[in-house]
Amino acid sequence: MLRFILKRLAAALPTVFGVLVVTFVMARALPGDPAAYFAGPAATREAIEQIRAKLGLDKSVPEQFGIYLRDLAQGEFGKSLSTGQSVGRELVTRLPASLELVLGALLLSMAIAIPLGVLAATRPGSWIDHTARVVTTAGVSLPAFFTGLVLIYVFYYLLGWAPAPMGRLDAFASAPPGLTGFYVIDALIAGEGETFISAVSQLILPIVALAIFTLAPLARMTRAAMLEVLASDFIRTARASGLPPSMVTYRYAFRNALLPVITTLGMVFSFLLGGAVLVEKVFAWPGIGAFAIEALIASDYAPIQGFVLTMALLYVALNLVIDVLYGVIDPRVGLEA
Amino acid sequence: MSAVPALEVRDLSVEFRTRSGIVRALDNVGFAVGKGETAALVGESGSGKSVTAYAVMRILDPAGKITAGRAMFGGIDLLQQSEKDIAELRGRDLSMIFQSPRTALNPIRRVGAQLADVLVRHAGATSAGARTQAIEMLKKVRIPDPERRAMAYPFELSGGMCQRVMIALALACRPAVLIADEPTTGLDVTTQATIMDLITELAAETGMATILITHDLGLAAEYCQRIMVMHAGHVVEDAPTSALMQRALHPYSAKLIAATPAASAELDRLASIPGNLPDLRRADLPPCRYCARCERRTDACEQPLPRHVQPDGHAVACWNPL
Repeated sequence: MLRFILKRLAAALPTVFGVLVVTFVMARALPGDPAAYFAGPAATREAIEQIRAKLGLDKSVPEQFGIYLRDLAQGEFGKSLSTGQSVGRELVTRLPASLELVLGALLLSMAIAIPLGVLAATRPGSWIDHTARVVTTAGVSLPAFFTGLVLIYVFYYLLGWAPAPMGRLDAFASAPPGLTGFYVIDALIAGEGETFISAVSQLILPIVALAIFTLAPLARMTRAAMLEVLASDFIRTARASGLPPSMVTYRYAFRNALLPVITTLGMVFSFLLGGAVLVEKVFAWPGIGAFAIEALIASDYAPIQGFVLTMALLYVALNLVIDVLYGVIDPRVGLEA
Repeated sequence: MSAVPALEVRDLSVEFRTRSGIVRALDNVGFAVGKGETAALVGESGSGKSVTAYAVMRILDPAGKITAGRAMFGGIDLLQQSEKDIAELRGRDLSMIFQSPRTALNPIRRVGAQLADVLVRHAGATSAGARTQAIEMLKKVRIPDPERRAMAYPFELSGGMCQRVMIALALACRPAVLIADEPTTGLDVTTQATIMDLITELAAETGMATILITHDLGLAAEYCQRIMVMHAGHVVEDAPTSALMQRALHPYSAKLIAATPAASAELDRLASIPGNLPDLRRADLPPCRYCARCERRTDACEQPLPRHVQPDGHAVACWNPL
């Protein structure tokens, strides 16, 4: 197993390097001149050139790339031109904020979609099957940022149940100390009950908005996979052996149906990573998506590169986790190979 | 045949609701199998052999509906039992072996665990006891090195080994009736013989009634005391094997016997039966579903099918038997 993981990580290295090259070149191909942007509209040509030299942008692209790689090797992601902040530090604080949203939404939609899909498959044509169909169709038809706005309107503006959509904590709470950067977890570890409640209540609406969107593909895939497995020969054998229906459904059918569901889970997770940007905007969430959009508008190279690299590493990790899960569930997938 | 048959099927009719109409898959199917007897259901593909078995086991596809009939087993009608009660009987008193053993086993569960599931369910075994019993069963179906094989997944075993596991699964709780649905299809010839020997031997040992479903008349004649010939959802002939092989009464059975290849026969001498099964969706199915293919057809064939029974139990459903 360990060997399999190491091997897969080694195989991912060329991918990550490719991502580095492409983002580096693409960032420089973007329209806009960061030196001019940084110097401001009133700057003279000499001032701009001076800044360009100071930023190292007067060197050739391969030379700049070499410097970039050398800095990366030392764990240095560079500095943002527009904020002057270290990109590394920004990523470390913003990534947990985004992951808190994405993982929360994923857990919530799994908790609803998987039972819904199983029930719909075991009772085709029943009211629960029709409910599943309506919910999934509605889910994909509504973009998450729109659902987010509706949720804010109803639960904050009209009913006043939800806190103001102003980030990760309400104005009176301070960030809990801790290592993970996930406020919910850090507050629990630090034993700060009020901070925990504040963090959770801020999370609920954006998580629901994202979960409604991801519910649909998960529930559909669960239903389809279950229907296919339930029609297979070994389920007939299990039934002919008199095994109770609950055992046939869960121990025999569901475990086999899990493989395509996990694949979909991986896809949904990557949608969420990229798709949470607009939801972050709507809820003023200090996540990694909002950070990347701002950097993109300013042609701010270092944050763009840092963001894309982080995403690439996340995808590599995600795919590795999925492959390991595959091997754990299905003995036919050899983890030793 | 003993006085009270182990399983008696009477007037069984099954319909399938499909998009293109109602398929009358079985029509008044009836037969009985005695304790310790091995009987065969023989017929071409689509003749309703498997549907009969599925209906008796109550594992028909949801589209299939039992519209009439009884299946008496130990004084109860299997077709009238609640889903809960029939599940209690399946795997314990009535068992089934399927074709293509590799797909008939759960691909991601160790074969020992699959056996143990059945033992825990029906034999009231504890999970530890079920493990040893499972290995015991694997030994009984002559799987070498059963302790190690119990930990194997189906994909790690050969087709023949998987079928042995299937047999162990079906016989784990010593059922009174075993239905073997094409148990040797997809296995090579030598494995076929060992599998059939194993089934008949274990059946004789426990006094179990066995129904062998096959399209191979030669196989049926070799292993079964009685043969029921099915055609298009009818049992057209039901006879002791020797009586049928020496003197088939139904034209279809006679053609089937003629079409069975013998080792000495040449390929171009092999007989075939003209025509196909009738379309079972037709509303105006004739009383005899073979009449369109039959050379002995007369006007009498328009009458409802008769059932002539001879003293030796040789029964035929035909107006103009041979």
